[in-house]
Amino acid sequence: MSASRIEELQEGASRTRSFSLGDLIRRRPESITFVLLVAICVIVAVINPAFLQPSTLIDIGRASVVMGLFALGVFIILAAGGIDVSFTAIAAFTMYSLTVLVLNHFPTTPIVVILLVAILGGMLLGIVNGLLVHHLNVPSLIVTIGTQYLFRGFLLSFVGTVWIMSLPPQMGAFGRMPLFQFESANGAVVTLPFYFLILPVAALVTWWILNRTLMGRAIFAVGGNANIASRLGYNLRTVQIFLFGYAGALAGLAGIIHVCANRQANPFDLVGTEINVIAAVVLGGARITGGTGTVLGTILGVLLIVVINSVLVMVGIPSTWQRLVVGSFILLAAAFFVTRQRKK
Amino acid sequence: MQKTGGQLVMLVAINCLLLVLGAAISGGSFLSLFNLQSMASQLPEIGLLAIGVMLAMCAGNGGIDLSGIALANLSGVLSAVIVSSFVSSAESELAFSLGFIGGAVAIGFFGGVINGLLISKLNITPILCTLGTQMAFMGLAVVVSGGKAVMVGSPALLSSIGNDMFLEVPISFLIFVVVAGLIAAALKFTPYGLWLMLTGTNPKAAVYAGFPRTGVLVATYAISGTLSGLAGVIIAARNVNVKFDYGSSYLLIAILIAVMAGVKPEGGYGRVICVVLSAVALQLMSSLLNFGGLSNFVRDFAWGLLLLTFLAVGRYDLTGLLFPGNRQPVSLAPRPHAPKQDN
Repeated sequence: MSASRIEELQEGASRTRSFSLGDLIRRRPESITFVLLVAICVIVAVINPAFLQPSTLIDIGRASVVMGLFALGVFIILAAGGIDVSFTAIAAFTMYSLTVLVLNHFPTTPIVVILLVAILGGMLLGIVNGLLVHHLNVPSLIVTIGTQYLFRGFLLSFVGTVWIMSLPPQMGAFGRMPLFQFESANGAVVTLPFYFLILPVAALVTWWILNRTLMGRAIFAVGGNANIASRLGYNLRTVQIFLFGYAGALAGLAGIIHVCANRQANPFDLVGTEINVIAAVVLGGARITGGTGTVLGTILGVLLIVVINSVLVMVGIPSTWQRLVVGSFILLAAAFFVTRQRKK
Repeated sequence: MQKTGGQLVMLVAINCLLLVLGAAISGGSFLSLFNLQSMASQLPEIGLLAIGVMLAMCAGNGGIDLSGIALANLSGVLSAVIVSSFVSSAESELAFSLGFIGGAVAIGFFGGVINGLLISKLNITPILCTLGTQMAFMGLAVVVSGGKAVMVGSPALLSSIGNDMFLEVPISFLIFVVVAGLIAAALKFTPYGLWLMLTGTNPKAAVYAGFPRTGVLVATYAISGTLSGLAGVIIAARNVNVKFDYGSSYLLIAILIAVMAGVKPEGGYGRVICVVLSAVALQLMSSLLNFGGLSNFVRDFAWGLLLLTFLAVGRYDLTGLLFPGNRQPVSLAPRPHAPKQDN
């Protein structure tokens, strides 16, 4: 278990009765994210009550699926002290190649097989990342910048650049399959799609890996201090390959969901959104140097970014401000968490 | 010092090889004065950014400057907007040019100082800090310009920086060479250079040795920012317009150049001359791919492959295999893991 967890337990034991706000923030940095999220929602709802319509909330839920899957992958790598910027390229590569493959060669593949192949394909590319990061022994940021260009360059120069508008029917059907449907006040039918369920499932699986398996302990240990972890007997190679493989698998899944949800496959999509995802994970309380963070915080961070992206317009701030706002949030959050940790 | 020799020799060899290859493929037109000039005038933007990345990497502790191109664009956009609200570029050409250049460099400098202060005073990890400022700088450029390209025009002084030659050498290239020379001199002959490299080698020991940690970090990122501002000026001079998302692939290329030049990502070592040579090599390769009629996407693919190859070269000491005279015996056995640096 990570060092901070142990300290957490000790602190908890020594002062079970003296509860203070500072302690809460230090132990659970995601509570700040939660408060911020609620505050933004309340402010927006006061300024523009249309925000509270079920359709807006469902839009936010729908928009957070792809980003949430990416964020879980980034989070697990961040927890082990690495960073990954190639996941969007992995997603674009998997989704586009797979769509082309299904469309031209195997038009009758059932959707379950497509999803499994996407997961597998993403995982293989992720393992390439893991092997490179482990064997080249350089910061994973630099390696994954390289593989991002490698994967994307390969996709665009050898697989294709054509925008596919007519998907194989089973993929389109999966994107439309409703979890539940209802009619909103103005008569439009609002649908929460079935694929929304994938995010909570993936979050639960990630939580289970991190908190209930030996691999989870290994990840936090490596994030705390890779040297000590390897002396304790954790195999760094296995951990790195698992990490990047898992993140790649999530990215592959996210890519194919992105295609099904938008009902088109655009090879130029997704790449360029990675900074938003990393921002979400960092806002969720994960330290970029590794060893900390929670799945719940990551999901809250994703919701925060999605909400910021979608409500700026609702409260009358032009969408051109979006980058500036998110960038300032990253810096504020980083500064805030750092100063809190130093006071410990 | 043997290692630095190897890297330098290899880069010179690569450059010569590329020139010969280009001449062979194109039947001599690759070496024509016009082509050499056009390559030299494309180089400075990316070369300046690469030197900035090199300095940040040398500072160690995961140092890297991801905000370079965003800051370059911000300097161009903001300076153009501010200066053109006072003077029009068509009426008073000289005043506009000087104002624009001064403004852009100053904005770059301030952006760099902000990075440096956030990293040294607040102890934010460089990756995270420059990621945040990259987004903030870009966002500010979007807000200021409304997401549109901002017209700079081609007032006399500015346009001569972008397009004219001095003794058949593009002026922008001369600026780049002079700036690179100044920074190389600063690294070699001033205490700052020593402090920077030693801080990068071992931050803890540097603090105990009484080096001004804050000063070194702020100076490093301020120089990197100033270089971005200068790159912004050259971008504006060459393109007439400035826009917030110009050169989105420069971030990778700048890092690629630095890694190719043998700058150690974990800090403590880097040479300006190697960065310049590796920028030249990359420009030659890029032009060569253009001559071969390959698409930009193939080029992206090649850059990715190249970056990973050079990381492998640095990791397994392959330069030693190519130039055995320069080195001690090479061992391919993986080294034990470098200690992870904690904050």
